[in-house]
Amino acid sequence: MAISAEIPLTGIDAASPGESTLSAGQKLALKYFVAAMVLFAAQTVFGLLAGLQFIYPDFLFGVLDFNVNRMVHLNAMIVWMLYGFMGSIYWLVEDEAGTELVGPKLANINFWVLTAAVTVVVLVYLIVQVGDGTRASIWLINEGREYIEAPRWADIGIVVCTSVFFCNIAATFMKGRWSGISGTLVLDLIALAGLYLAGMFYTTNLSVDQYWWWWVVHLWVEATWEVLVGCIMAWGLMKTLGARRRIVTTWLYIEVALMFGSGILGLGHHYFWIGTPEYWLGLGGFFSALEPIPLVAMVVHAVYDAGTHGFKSNNHPALAWLIAHAFGNFLGAGVWGFMQTLPQINLYTHGTQWAASHGHLAFFGAYATINIAFIYIALQHWRGNVWMSGGLPDGGWKWKWSLGLQCVGVMGMTVAMLIAGYEQAFVERAAGGSTWGAFFDAQTRPWFVQAMQWRMVFGVVTAAGMAILFWDLLTIGRDETRPAKQVPDPEAEPAAAG
Amino acid sequence: MTDPVWWASENFWRKTAIFVTAFMFVILIFLTFHSMSVILAGSEAERVPAYSVINHRVDYRFDNERGMFRPVIGEEAPLFGTVHTEAEARALVDLGKLTVQAKNCMNCHTLYGNGAYYAPDLTKAWLDPGWGNEQSRETLMLMFLTDPVTNARTYGTGRRMPDLGVTEEEARGVIAFLKWMSAVDTNGFPYGFTPLPQGGD
Repeated sequence: MAISAEIPLTGIDAASPGESTLSAGQKLALKYFVAAMVLFAAQTVFGLLAGLQFIYPDFLFGVLDFNVNRMVHLNAMIVWMLYGFMGSIYWLVEDEAGTELVGPKLANINFWVLTAAVTVVVLVYLIVQVGDGTRASIWLINEGREYIEAPRWADIGIVVCTSVFFCNIAATFMKGRWSGISGTLVLDLIALAGLYLAGMFYTTNLSVDQYWWWWVVHLWVEATWEVLVGCIMAWGLMKTLGARRRIVTTWLYIEVALMFGSGILGLGHHYFWIGTPEYWLGLGGFFSALEPIPLVAMVVHAVYDAGTHGFKSNNHPALAWLIAHAFGNFLGAGVWGFMQTLPQINLYTHGTQWAASHGHLAFFGAYATINIAFIYIALQHWRGNVWMSGGLPDGGWKWKWSLGLQCVGVMGMTVAMLIAGYEQAFVERAAGGSTWGAFFDAQTRPWFVQAMQWRMVFGVVTAAGMAILFWDLLTIGRDETRPAKQVPDPEAEPAAAG
Repeated sequence: MTDPVWWASENFWRKTAIFVTAFMFVILIFLTFHSMSVILAGSEAERVPAYSVINHRVDYRFDNERGMFRPVIGEEAPLFGTVHTEAEARALVDLGKLTVQAKNCMNCHTLYGNGAYYAPDLTKAWLDPGWGNEQSRETLMLMFLTDPVTNARTYGTGRRMPDLGVTEEEARGVIAFLKWMSAVDTNGFPYGFTPLPQGGD
C-alpha cells in the first residue's frame, strides 16, 4: 500500500456562500448523520426510562421492562456511534482521496438496507422482547449478550453492509490517493469489521463465550474505535484549524502505537474473573493501566494544535466539540477506566455502578462528542460553507448551551453513579460478601438511592442539552450570508526560520 | 523547513505503530490459544469444570495457598436427584444457557460480573444463602423462575423479576447452568462470599 502525505488536496468543499454543492459522499454522510441523531434521541429516551425504573420499579413493569429499555438504550448508542463514524468517513473520503466516491448508488442502497435492518431489530426488541430457550430465538429475536444483542440474521446483515461500506471507502482511496490518515483508516476498518466476526457464534461454555465477546466489545471500543476517531480527529483539526498535515499524521501514528501497544493486551482487564488463567490479572492490570497514555497524547495534540492556531477556527461549535472529545476521552475512558482497572480494586468494583459511571462518561466523551463535531462540520458546508466562527447572529447561545448542558449532564450522571458504585463496593462487596442480600442492602441505602435520583436529574439535563442541539442543528447558519473564515492550508509547510 | 529529528519523524512513528500493533497482536493470539486450552469445559487445568459437575456438591472456600476464594467440588449431590451423563449434563446446561440468552437475563443481571446492575450477580446464584438451605434450594429456584411475579424476592427495593415465560424444563436448564457456573474458578471473584449451608455445615 503506497501511503503518501505529500500530495496536495483539491478544494472539493470550497463552495461559495449560500450555495450547497455537496458531493455524493457528503450527501450520503448527511443521511447517516440524520439517522444517527434519531438514534441518539432513542438512546436518551430509553436511558431515561431505564433510569426511572431504578427509582420507580413498577413503572412500565411487564410492558417495557428494564432489560428491554437498557438493551435499546445501549444498542441505539452503539449504532448511532457507528452511523456517526460512517457518516464522518463518507464526509471526508472524497476530500482525502481527491476523487469522487466509487459507488454512490450502491452506498445509497446500503444505507437504506442497513437502516431498515436496524429498524426491524429495534421493533422486534420492543414488541417480541424475548423468546424461548432455543437457537431460533438467538437467530431471530435477541442474542442476549450485552452490547451485541442483535440477532444472528442481523449480524450477518451488519457484516454484509459494513463490507460494502469498506469496499467503497477502500476503492475510493485506491482510485484517488493514499495518505497517512487514509491508510490508517482503511487498515483500522479491516480490523473493526474482522473483529465483529469473533462475536458471531454460540457456545454452551460461558467462559469461552465471554472470552470472544470481549474481543468484539473491548477491541472495538478500546482499540479500533479509538484509532478510528484518531483518524477523524486528525482530518477535523486540519479542516477546522488548518493544522498541518505532517503534524497531525505524526501524532496519529504515535496514538496508534500507544493505543494498540496498551489496548490490545489491555483486553486482559476483562479476563480477570471469567474463568481465564491467573496470568491475566498481571497482564491485564499492567497494560490496561497504560491505556490512558494515548488519551493524554490526544489531549496534548488537540490543545497544541488549537493553541498554535490561537483557537482561530472556521467552525467554533465543531472545534469546541473536538476539544470536548479530547478531554472527555481522557477523563471518561482514561481516568475513569484507570480508577478500577487494577485487579486489586476491580475485585470490589467490578459489576457495580462504578462500571456504568465509566461507561457513560467514556462513550459520551470519546465518541458522541466527535460525531457531533463532525455533524457541525457537515452542516456548515450543507449551508453553503458559511461563517460559523465567533459573532454568530444569536451569539451562538444554542450550541454553547447544548454543549454545556450535555457536558454537565453527563458528568453529573457519571459522578452520581460513581458515588453509588463506591457505596456498592463497600457495602455489597467488601462488607457484605456479594450475596443477593448484600446486593439489595446496598441498593436500599440512602447514598445509593439518592445517587439514582441525582442520575435522573442529570439525565434530564442531558436530554435538555440534546433537544437544544437538535434545535441548533436545524437552525445554525440558515440565514448566514458571510463566507466561512479562511484557515491556513494544512498542506503548506511554514517558512524556514532565520 | 528542516526535517524533524528521527524520533519526531512521521516515518519513525509509522514503522513503530506497525511494529507495536503486529507484536501485541501476535502475543494476544498466542495467549488466546493457551487460554482456550485452559478454559475448555473439563480441561486438565480444572478452572472450568465438565458439565457433569452438576452431579456434585459445589462449595466456595478461601484457598490459603492462592490467597483467594475458589470453588471446591465435593461429593455426589445430583441435581434434581438424577445423575446425568456428561452428554445429558451438557444438554441441560446448554438449554439453560440458551434460555439465559433468549430471556435477555444479562440486561438486568450480571454473569461473572458482566451485564447490567439492576439485579444481582448470578455467578454464585446457586450458592446464595437467600435460598435458605440445600434441601429447599432446587424447589425454590424452580418456583421463582417459573413464576417470578408471585414469588417475588425484592428485599425491600420493589424491584421484581418480570414473567419471562420460563417453562419448567427451561428453568431446570437454567438451574443446571447456574450450578455449573458456580463451579467455575473465577480467580476469587466474588470476594468474601459465604455460601448457603451444605452437607451438614
